Amino acid sequence: MAPHNNSYPSQHDLPNVLILKLPPSFVIFGEHFFDSAKFRFLKAYESSLPLPQFLLAHAQSVQAILSSGGAPVTADTICLLPNLRLVVTTSQGLNHIDLSECRRRGIAVAGAGTIFSADCADSVVELLIDVLRKVSAANRFVKQGLWSSQGDYPLGSKLGGKRVGIVGLGNIGSEVAKRLEAFGCSISYNSRNKKPSVPYAFYPNVGELAANCDALIICCALTDETYHLINKEVLSALGKDGVIINIARGPIVDEKELVRCLVEGEIRGAGLDVFEHEPDVPHELFALDNVVMSPHNAVFTRESFEDLRKIVVGNLEAFFSNEPLLTAVNLDDQPHFSG
Amino acid sequence: MGITTQDQFLTAHAHSVQALLLSGTHPVTSDTLRLLPSPGLIVTTSAGLNHIDLPECQRRGISIAGAGNLYSEDLADLAVGLLIDVLRKISVADRYIRRQLWPSKGEFPLGFKLRGKQVGIVGLGSIGLEVAKRLEAFGCNILYNSRRKKPSIQYPYYSNILELAKNSDVLIICCELTEQTRHMINKEVLLALGKEGVIINVGHSAVIDEQEMMGCLMRGEIGGAGLDVFEKEPDVPKQLFALDNVVLSPHRAAHSQETILALRDLVVGNFEAFFSNKPLLTPVIMNQLF
Repeated sequence: MAPHNNSYPSQHDLPNVLILKLPPSFVIFGEHFFDSAKFRFLKAYESSLPLPQFLLAHAQSVQAILSSGGAPVTADTICLLPNLRLVVTTSQGLNHIDLSECRRRGIAVAGAGTIFSADCADSVVELLIDVLRKVSAANRFVKQGLWSSQGDYPLGSKLGGKRVGIVGLGNIGSEVAKRLEAFGCSISYNSRNKKPSVPYAFYPNVGELAANCDALIICCALTDETYHLINKEVLSALGKDGVIINIARGPIVDEKELVRCLVEGEIRGAGLDVFEHEPDVPHELFALDNVVMSPHNAVFTRESFEDLRKIVVGNLEAFFSNEPLLTAVNLDDQPHFSG
Repeated sequence: MGITTQDQFLTAHAHSVQALLLSGTHPVTSDTLRLLPSPGLIVTTSAGLNHIDLPECQRRGISIAGAGNLYSEDLADLAVGLLIDVLRKISVADRYIRRQLWPSKGEFPLGFKLRGKQVGIVGLGSIGLEVAKRLEAFGCNILYNSRRKKPSIQYPYYSNILELAKNSDVLIICCELTEQTRHMINKEVLLALGKEGVIINVGHSAVIDEQEMMGCLMRGEIGGAGLDVFEKEPDVPKQLFALDNVVLSPHRAAHSQETILALRDLVVGNFEAFFSNKPLLTPVIMNQLF
């Protein structure tokens, strides 16, 4: 609960922050997780009114929105809120926010910054170790009592010497690279722009990157350009010994094609934290031992949620105190995702 | 001791045997060696040496060629893989999805971050050093216990395993099995590691008192375990099967396909060197052992 103190404005004087849908943080930690004495939440999901009517009823009072990945901030929503000046999102990705519209209206956007990068990178490495060395498949094998009855489990493949291709060498991609170098992997990448200060080999397109690596790691944002970026050609270039790891966004990969390649043995395996139509996962994957899956929780550690709480509350408090945001997104640099 | 078929075989061929090839599963005792008048070399494919009567070999002037550092990277990779799986519940998450619980049951339990974790490495030989190198890249803080402090190593050293456990969030067993290390990880050490502590074993099963560890896991006195080795392989205690905070590996930590091929080259190379009177590729230096 926000502290009750006579020197603070009463609840009714506090500025409103609109929440469209229940954020994952509230599901896990309760609805007071982002409480502050400096603002209060207006919860659209608690109202019986349909969203457009709710927005019309509260239009004038809303200056800020707290969004999460499952709560898109569309041009339609923005247009009903004439006083909206800030969108804070709890997610690493920004594809659920109409960034062009925000830029046009002069609405600031504050993201998660780099708080999730370490956890994301840790998850990438774990998925890669798991697929190559069959960690969870072997765990299943032993726990089903099959080691006693069926004998030894098939060997996995060594990490050292593997060529790792990172798609999107931002913060997360860099953290992945740093970790995998310690395992003796060699790193190459594809990014929107070549990065001059980086020691890794750059490939100008993803197909060439895939053709020259053993493990393709997706660390980029979902935008109009990256939608279905990993398609039949790229998977074919990756080849029968290739592995793909995706902790970014499901729609970056042509999932139907990926499933077909996995079922038919055209790639070695996959580690997936994200899917095109979450929480629905293609059932064909359930029978495959060369696939490791997690429910879009690559960043879900207790410590990261505490960091998130500080960033979200910090950004909103800064905004309402007319101070600089902690993790403002540079909208001039962001490509769009039409959704 | 009665005469076994093996003894009869050895006696029949004794004079022609100049070298032995061993894996880790079959001990070579002084009794066996006594049947062979002139073995010059034992080549072992195992990571450890506790199955060989080392003092007898030294006494008889028998050279030993081991696996060297062949397995260190694979062992370190798997140790890290088991650790992250336990902390981040990856195996559990994968099973969650395969049982189609994601749509119906919604959110999945949170994991623990690696960065900032105090990792206590038990045995800072080549395997321990490879583990340390990897976990430093994840932002972990490395501590260690070893037979002797290593002057060139910057990580904090704990001469006492109990002190190491008290100061660690994670213990990773990377040491050899010796008289000193047998059941070194006992109830006291496990309780010192504590309710949120994790233990990873890619070394020898007997370094940990398995019964005590199982008791601690069942009572929630430690946070979790990642195990590649067990007292009575391949029979793993069934009580471990139901524990989500335990990840099991069928004694495969040292073996990837690539490493098995490299092992073949190493074994053949050692024998060829011996029979050509050249230096062994991976000689075991006796006076470093005891």
